[in-house]
Amino acid sequence: MAELTTKGLGKLLARQGILVAFVVFMIAFALANPRFIAIDNISGVIRSSAILGVMALGVTFVVIGGNLDLSVGSMMSFSTIVVLDLHDKIGPSLAIPAMFAMTLALGGFIGFLVGYLKLNSLIVTLGMLSAIHGLTLTWSGGKNMDIADKEGTWFSVFGQGSIVGIPVPILMFALLAVVLSIILGKTPFGRKVYAVGGNGTAATFSGIPRARVVFMTYLFSAFCVATAGLIQASRSLGSQNTVGQGLELEVLAAVILGGASLLGGSGTVFKTVIGVLILGFIQNGLLLMGLAFYVQYVVTWIIIILAVWLDIAAKRGRLWSPIA
Amino acid sequence: MTDQIPALRLEGIVKTFPGVRALDNVSFEVMPGEVHALMGENGAGKSTLMKVLGGIHDPDEGQIYIAEKPVVMTSPMQAKANGVVFIHQELSLADELSVAENIFLGELPRRSFGRVDWQTLYDATDAILKTLNVGFNARTRLGDLSIANQQMVEIARALTVDPRAVIFDEPTASLTDAEKVVLFKVIADLQSRGVGVIYISHRMEEIFKITDRISVLRDGQYRGTLNTAETNEEEVTHLMIGRKLDLSRNESHHEMGDVALEVRNLSCGELFEDVSFSVRRGEVLGFYGLVGAGRTEIAETIFGLRDPSSGQIFLNGEEVRIHSPQDAIRRGISLVPEDRKAQGLVLGMNCRDNMTLPQVDDMTAGPFVSDGAEVAIFDQYRDKLDIRTPGWRQLVGNLSGGNQQKIVIGKWLSMHPEVLIVDEPTRGIDVGSKSEIHNLIRELAAQGYAVIVISSEMPEVLHVSDRIVAMFSGKVMREFTSEEVTEDSLIQAISGISGDKVA
Repeated sequence: MAELTTKGLGKLLARQGILVAFVVFMIAFALANPRFIAIDNISGVIRSSAILGVMALGVTFVVIGGNLDLSVGSMMSFSTIVVLDLHDKIGPSLAIPAMFAMTLALGGFIGFLVGYLKLNSLIVTLGMLSAIHGLTLTWSGGKNMDIADKEGTWFSVFGQGSIVGIPVPILMFALLAVVLSIILGKTPFGRKVYAVGGNGTAATFSGIPRARVVFMTYLFSAFCVATAGLIQASRSLGSQNTVGQGLELEVLAAVILGGASLLGGSGTVFKTVIGVLILGFIQNGLLLMGLAFYVQYVVTWIIIILAVWLDIAAKRGRLWSPIA
Repeated sequence: MTDQIPALRLEGIVKTFPGVRALDNVSFEVMPGEVHALMGENGAGKSTLMKVLGGIHDPDEGQIYIAEKPVVMTSPMQAKANGVVFIHQELSLADELSVAENIFLGELPRRSFGRVDWQTLYDATDAILKTLNVGFNARTRLGDLSIANQQMVEIARALTVDPRAVIFDEPTASLTDAEKVVLFKVIADLQSRGVGVIYISHRMEEIFKITDRISVLRDGQYRGTLNTAETNEEEVTHLMIGRKLDLSRNESHHEMGDVALEVRNLSCGELFEDVSFSVRRGEVLGFYGLVGAGRTEIAETIFGLRDPSSGQIFLNGEEVRIHSPQDAIRRGISLVPEDRKAQGLVLGMNCRDNMTLPQVDDMTAGPFVSDGAEVAIFDQYRDKLDIRTPGWRQLVGNLSGGNQQKIVIGKWLSMHPEVLIVDEPTRGIDVGSKSEIHNLIRELAAQGYAVIVISSEMPEVLHVSDRIVAMFSGKVMREFTSEEVTEDSLIQAISGISGDKVA
């Protein structure tokens, strides 16, 4: 929506700050360690970001619609465990749709609570984070889940395969990003998501079924979680019950880094993809610099806080203000 | 007064927002012991000026002086520390705390280990309350007080800092006559203490009763200061309005069609009761009444936002049940809501997307939104309504109030409604756009739309309506035709007391 007539570095930073920051990070890390921009490193970063990225695409819908989804990490563990368990029981070609159906049911339940009953999404999804974890442990009996015959299943294609040299997880991430970007940016439904998140009351006064739109955003989120669970399960062919633990915050971080407002109504799928890549490359860059992996938790947090602060500061034109 | 220095002076204040010059070189002063009225139409810049004074907006240019000492206001706290206190129209108090805690919030007297010194707190509060002569004490829970008494608490809070200037923003908006008398006594008391009082109000009779001087803003510009004793309402109005606004009685007559909307004995809980009216194609039906009379609630019920407890709604002679705005829109009922920013527009969205929002499902080519179809609609209504915007990509939040309102009206006109309900069509809109919107409403009726206009401004209702429904406390008191209505009879009807003129 940027006007072409805007001038000045300040305005460029305010509007495209996240892209500028991305380029600066890449240059700085590349100068510090040339290996950083080697093709195999870049491909590695994207591949390892794919699961997070797929989940972030769905959460982008929820956040633009004006809500939060903190249940995605826990839900991804559920999807992974369920599809691995069903793989040996009913075969992969039935296990996958069954897992998608169950994950969508969970998303629909959250969407019902937040959309139709108008419960606070933070409370609902924080509660679901814990409840779904309980559900997962109940399903698995607390044990790790493994596929019996790891060599003889085509199921591994989603996590380990590649088509014309490109890893399947990257292809799935890219394909989903394009499809969801079109849905959000080009369809009436996408427009309604922006309207509901931007001003739910005005959307209602314009005849937009707010509850249904919110409900749908959680279905999108659940679909993405199921896809992420599929990739995760297929990559390792075995899993702990806690495989998605903590991912909800990283996902949210990527979405915010991409510039979606937590108040709703702004953000794009493309920006979220940039946010995911920034997060992935920062973590990779820190590792290449020889820092222990746990340092990245702290650095990631600092970067998110900076991103959010600068975003707000750009909007109000000051670094600090007593109001809003 | 002339040998004193001003308690507060603003000089050459300029403040621009994207697309709007909200304040254009405004200067203004208040002397100690003076009550100085600040007047102007909605959108004239009063509230922006006060926000600059209160440190909420940075002025682009200009200087604020307190006792001729230049100061920079960067926050409400700093304004208060400089002795400038606001009594806001919307109260900013905590319901669950006591009166004393509200008054000293942030500055509670302390004992050792950070414990609150309750005795000192209550004593200090009661001392202040005593000077205000109020009927409650320091320990009263704020939420238990009336609005008027809550306002007294705000005033008491202002008095804790020994203010140089106190700004009252529409203080009497929700007060009864008896409560107003108490407020005016408090203001007189402030005056005698040498405090400069800035009094913002639309109510002429109050202005002429209590102020010493009147300054007028119009379209963001300072228009002059008058001595209250030497002027009259006409002169002030002339300064405020500038060019003469055509608010004559509606006298246009054209063919009216069939009844488009009829409401019979509609009730909704305690909000309104037994309301019946009808509106024909080609007719403007005005709803006039005080805030809280139930007018907006009727509109919201017809639009499907509330469920009626009893009664019937007929559209083109056929009974309809409307349970949601989608139902209403499908049947051709449109509502331009009262609060443009909260209910009418998604401010962070561009002009075009706001305008086509209710029909975005139909703006498609295949599964996708068609840019071409949307732009065509936008261009058509931009031209038709003379909406001034650099382009459809402009965010609606950057437009002036008048243009925003036209976007909302365009949004519904492009749906070709059977019935168009417009709630407070010109609230917060500058004078020029106001008459444009009035003309537009008349023109829509002439084109055969059935239009319902809800307004709190009598000249507006008289100007646009063919018939007027007067409401009081949830009930229809009387219906007037434009020929028979008089200002007096209308005022009587909406005050619910016949023969007794309200202020």
